[in-house]
Formats: sequence, structure tokens, C-alpha cells
Amino acid sequence: MADTLERVTKIIVDRLGVDEADVKLEASFKEDLGADSLDVVELVMELEDEFDMEISDEDAEKIATVGDAVNYIQNQQ
Amino acid sequence: MSKAKITAIGTYAPSRRLTNADLEKIVDTSDEWIVQRTGMRERRIADEHQFTSDLCIEAVKNLKSRYKGTLDDVDMILVATTTSDYAFPSTACRVQEYFGWESTGALDINATCAGLTYGLHLANGLITSGLHQKILVIAGETLSKVTDYTDRTTCVLFGDAAGALLVERDEETPGFLASVQGTSGNGGDILYRAGLRNEINGVQLVGSGKMVQNGREVYKWAARTVPGEFERLLHKAGLSSDDLDWFVPHSANLRMIESICEKTPFPIEKTLTSVEHYGNTSSVSIVLALDLAVKAGKLKKDQIVLLFGFGGGLTYTGLLIKWGM
Repeated sequence: MADTLERVTKIIVDRLGVDEADVKLEASFKEDLGADSLDVVELVMELEDEFDMEISDEDAEKIATVGDAVNYIQNQQ
Repeated sequence: MSKAKITAIGTYAPSRRLTNADLEKIVDTSDEWIVQRTGMRERRIADEHQFTSDLCIEAVKNLKSRYKGTLDDVDMILVATTTSDYAFPSTACRVQEYFGWESTGALDINATCAGLTYGLHLANGLITSGLHQKILVIAGETLSKVTDYTDRTTCVLFGDAAGALLVERDEETPGFLASVQGTSGNGGDILYRAGLRNEINGVQLVGSGKMVQNGREVYKWAARTVPGEFERLLHKAGLSSDDLDWFVPHSANLRMIESICEKTPFPIEKTLTSVEHYGNTSSVSIVLALDLAVKAGKLKKDQIVLLFGFGGGLTYTGLLIKWGM
């Protein structure tokens, strides 16, 4: 969990230019972290590369918060 | 080894402008939303009685006015379009009819946004092989006629225009250096306009004859595919990105172009686009970007340019050329 969250957090901080402290599990990409739909697509692509997995469009649509992303990745591994 | 090069260019866009402010009145959107996600400020829209062949003819007239030679010996007309006036006859035949060149072949190419680069690739092949001498490669689209103006995610994107390039035999100073192609038919359902059949890859099609796009999937495909193919194309020609003067990707969306450039060693400042004032004009976007750069004095003779058309199919063609005029 800690390792996944750490790697996900780093990607979010780099991509969205947000403060690491704001990347909480309950933080919404769009509402809290200022991402628009295309930022989310880029994030999904970076998560796919980082964790060597494919995230389908249907699944990606359900990933709204940092916690959603972490849970999704852990369930796939 | 190529024996062909591009020797003339012409473009045309209808005078009617559809601005972001106009779109705010039609769908729930805003200038800020559109600019941030697409880089688009306005598009051109053909009037009710103006169709793709009309736009193509205007683009050829524009080319003719800027070309010193004659077009009477054109021996092939290739028109890249997804919005032909008729299912058939082809738009190329309508262009032939207008200019009256009787000894020319004429056919349309259906390769969506990759149509222009496919057309140039074919023209190079036909001329280099010795089968043809002078080919008009035209791209024309009236996408506004197949855009669903109730769908706020796609209706902000598309515009109408046409452009033409002349390709001629030149054994001494050929302009075509290398090309790459690729196709992913399994992505046929993420960008389409339905015809006779109502399913593809097991997916039920919608849209009632209008374009349908899953923007996220198309974005992902392009951002994943183009950077690697950009490198492969340069490698095929034995060049590096330092040798390249301009990169002209299909002007689908500025954010997508930024994403592609971020994944290549090439700076976005050296891309040529037409997205800001014309929107996404499918097969036309690359020739519009080239002509804007010619008129701005940016694109000069003997510069090395990488053109990359990609779109519905899914399919793409990238070309490395030496600008010949």
C-alpha cells in the first residue's frame, strides 16, 4: 500500500504540479487537484507505464480519487 | 530512392467563422474550457450550398494562381476526404469535371485525418515508379455537415477547409526521404461515422450519420503511437531530431500535440499547426499548417519537415520530406 501510494503520489505531483501534502487518498483529481479530463488521461497513461498494466476506458472513468487509483492498481496486481 | 517532390501549394477556407463565443450560445461550454483543452479559438464553416468539391476546387484555383507551370498535364487527382459530396461519384471526379483535364486519373482516398499524408505517399510511389508525372494531392472536408452540434465534447472541435499540393517528377532534387505507416483496425469503434453497417468490432454504432469519437481513447492512442513512430521515421532516413526543421502533426488538438512533443526530443516551438484558427479539419489540417508557415515566411526551401497524419481507422502515415519550393 505504502509503496503504491508513494509511486502514485510522485506521478500526480509531477503531472499536476500540486503539493505532495494535497495528494490525500480522498482527494478528487478534478475537484481537489485541478485536473481536467485530458490531465486524467495523461495520469492514466503514466500509471499504466509505471505499473506495467492496461487500464481500460471504462475502468479509467471510475477512477475519481487518489484512493480509487491506488485501490485499482493493488487489485490488478 | 524517391524521384518526386512537392512543387506547389494552395488552400481555401470558407469565410464564415464559428468562434468559441458562438459555441457558447449553442451548447454548455465556455471560451476558457475550449481553449484550455483544445487550443482552438475559431473554425471555418461552409455555407449550406457549399460542399467538399467546391472547397477543393477553390484550393486548386489558389494553387494554380501561385504556380508558374501548367496543370493541364496533371495525370492523376487524389482527393483525401471523409465528407465527399456523394457516396459516389468521387470528389476527385468533380474536381476533374470543373477543370476539364481529360487525360487524368481521379480517385478519392479514405484515410480520415491521415488522408493527406497517405495521398502524398501514393503520389511519390506513382511518380517514382515512372507510372505518373504530375499528381494533384488534395484534401477537402466539410466536417460541419457531419458534426453533432448537440454533443458538446465534439462539436467544438471540427471545421471545414481544403488544401492542395502538387507533386512532380524530379530526379535531381527529390523531396521524399522516408515514410512510416501503421494501422489498428481494432480501434475502429473509437472514431467513426456509420454507413451501411450498424456495428463494428461487436460494438453497436450510434450517431445517425454524424461523427462519433471517444476523445479519451483517441488521445491515448495518438499520444502513445506518434512519439515512437516519429523516432522510427527519423531513424529510417538516418536522421536525428536535430536535423529536423519542422514537425507538422495532424492538428487534432493542441493539448494532444503538446503531449506528443513531451514524449519526443523535439521542442513544441518547432511544430507547425492550424488548430487555433481552423480547429480540427481532418485531412486538411497539415496542408493548412504548411501554407500558414509558407505565408509567414517560416517554411523555406530545403528545410527538413516531418508530416504525421493519424486518425480514424485507426491508421496513420508519417512522411519525412525536404520542402521543395
